[in-house]
Amino acid sequence: MSNPLEKELKTKIENGKKIFCAFFTLGYKSLKDTEEWIRICDKLGVDIVELGIPFSDPMADGPTIQDSSQYALDHRIRIKDAFSMVKRLRASGVRVPIIFFSYYNIVLQIGLFDFVKQLKSSGFNGVLCPDLPPEEDDRLGVLLRRNQMSQIFLVAPTTTEERIRKITKKGSGFIYYVSRKGVTGKQNKLAPKIKKKISEIKKVSSLPVLVGFGVSSAEQVKKLLKDADGVIVGSALVEQIKQSGKNKLKVRKYLENFVQICHPKA
Amino acid sequence: MKNKQSVPDKQGHFDDYGGRYVPETLVEALEKLTEAYHRLTKDKKFQKDLEFYLSDYAGRPTALYLAKNLTNYYGKAKIYLKREDLCHTGAHKINNTLGQALMAVYLKKKRIVAETGAGQHGVASATAAKVFGLECVVYMGAEDVKRQALNVYKMKLLGAEVIPVYSGSKTLKDATNEAIRDWVTNVDDTHYLIGSCVGPHPYPMIVRDFQSVIGKEAKLQHKQKLKKSPNYLLACVGGGSNSIGLFYPFLKDKVRIIGVEAAGEGVHTSNHAAAILKGKPGVLHGMKSLLLQDEDGQVQLAHSISAGLDYPSVGPEHAYLKSLKRVDYVSVTDAQAVKAFHRLTQLEGIIPALETSHALAYLDKLMPKTKKSESVIVCLSGRGDKDIHMIQEWDSKNV
Repeated sequence: MSNPLEKELKTKIENGKKIFCAFFTLGYKSLKDTEEWIRICDKLGVDIVELGIPFSDPMADGPTIQDSSQYALDHRIRIKDAFSMVKRLRASGVRVPIIFFSYYNIVLQIGLFDFVKQLKSSGFNGVLCPDLPPEEDDRLGVLLRRNQMSQIFLVAPTTTEERIRKITKKGSGFIYYVSRKGVTGKQNKLAPKIKKKISEIKKVSSLPVLVGFGVSSAEQVKKLLKDADGVIVGSALVEQIKQSGKNKLKVRKYLENFVQICHPKA
Repeated sequence: MKNKQSVPDKQGHFDDYGGRYVPETLVEALEKLTEAYHRLTKDKKFQKDLEFYLSDYAGRPTALYLAKNLTNYYGKAKIYLKREDLCHTGAHKINNTLGQALMAVYLKKKRIVAETGAGQHGVASATAAKVFGLECVVYMGAEDVKRQALNVYKMKLLGAEVIPVYSGSKTLKDATNEAIRDWVTNVDDTHYLIGSCVGPHPYPMIVRDFQSVIGKEAKLQHKQKLKKSPNYLLACVGGGSNSIGLFYPFLKDKVRIIGVEAAGEGVHTSNHAAAILKGKPGVLHGMKSLLLQDEDGQVQLAHSISAGLDYPSVGPEHAYLKSLKRVDYVSVTDAQAVKAFHRLTQLEGIIPALETSHALAYLDKLMPKTKKSESVIVCLSGRGDKDIHMIQEWDSKNV
């Protein structure tokens, strides 16, 4: 059963495109900044925006995203800022799909029902909680499906075939393949066996497979796209934003480059 | 009502609590660890090895000491102290680190990682790693590294690498995140030796079982001495490992069980560590339990004079026992704990850890309600040498 995001991605893939997903930490370095980045992504044709909602204890994240989260929390960024921002973006015609990325405690405290309601009314397209494996999810998935939103799960190099079946059955939108053991963050070398694992996922599921964790350079992306349907760039992008200061041009070019790689002109 | 002894279930749930809230990379490792643990509990050689190290290396069984002076002070029920302070390294922590490090050997892991707050679990991990020839890395909040220089040096003497953690609040909870991050990265050759009955399944169960030696011994010793069961059990609760260790073998018995949390400057202030009394259900460090957090779900900092109780959550089984009303949870302030520290030192010549002093402080409230014919067991979870400078500082400020 596919939802709007999944359909959109599949159509793009059928038309020979690859998917580029860009990650931003909400409120890094300010709310206004994040909002502008999402508008830029929309204009550039980025396929998905993953909006990271800061949590005090981000155990799956490496130093770059940890620091950006801490920075946002220190500047009193609240969860409700995420909802109001996306609402504003949608009202002004921004169409790029936006995924709510955060740790499960954030979701739990809002309450699953209220969370999904607010997610829907503000215009999010899906959720990814890196610390919520399918076994622990009792109702979130059902509520999301009922509201035509995606629930994205991770598959890791350590995931067994049996679990891949379970995860792909429950997940929707796309599968986030974690390229290596470890936390998020830039790396120079890609982990081995990515190809094999992607084909394992493809064997049992028709969901698009996007690769993330440690993706930073154009060379890496080109290499990954031989097997994957798309890539997710997170820490490297946050790092770019950190270094850019007020000048948005360099980061914009960085994003643009990935979009061009993923959407080759026919 | 559910059978108390059947928890956790296969997924590691203690009814609404527990479970496994971890990044996908760790699920397989936790699955394998669970299988291995069940296998080893039936492995006679493993059990024999563990028994050997617990008795000849750690010094078990520890005494159940009738504290006559303390008993006379209150003039009510008999007070017995379960002397975990007499264990090698000075606290109950070694029961768990020997068990888990031996597991790591059986699982052919070469390396252990651990988190530590005050450094007690770090020292106990480094010790166990040394005796079993394992490489040991201990993550410790940068703030704690500064405050606990002696334990840092102890770990280094024992050959462990101590890595200061600068993220978040730079304390125990952040050290735990960092240890988990290390484990996610090195999951093939590394065992994560968690220090309390917290974290994702199977850890709360494993740590409980290894610490249950406290309660099993106490039960037997009490029976031998008084030919009956005790009337009260008392232990401090931070993550909750010494308390679950004492309580677990008694859960089906007719005993009143009391867990004492750290109230810091008072549970009405924002400076306390009373996760059970003041926390709400939440997810941290791979488990669902009671958690100190703000309305957005951001984790709040715990505060206690005792570093070992300074944790914003608690083992899921305690949250479960609270929900069943099987255990009464109460709290004791910094000031009350320090008073109890001095009392035991003065009356019995035993210098207790500040953690333990919280349990001892509750005797003030409990003892007047007891009868002379009754008895109380207090888990004397650790000795207080490590806390002398804290006491010195406190006393100089509070003359």
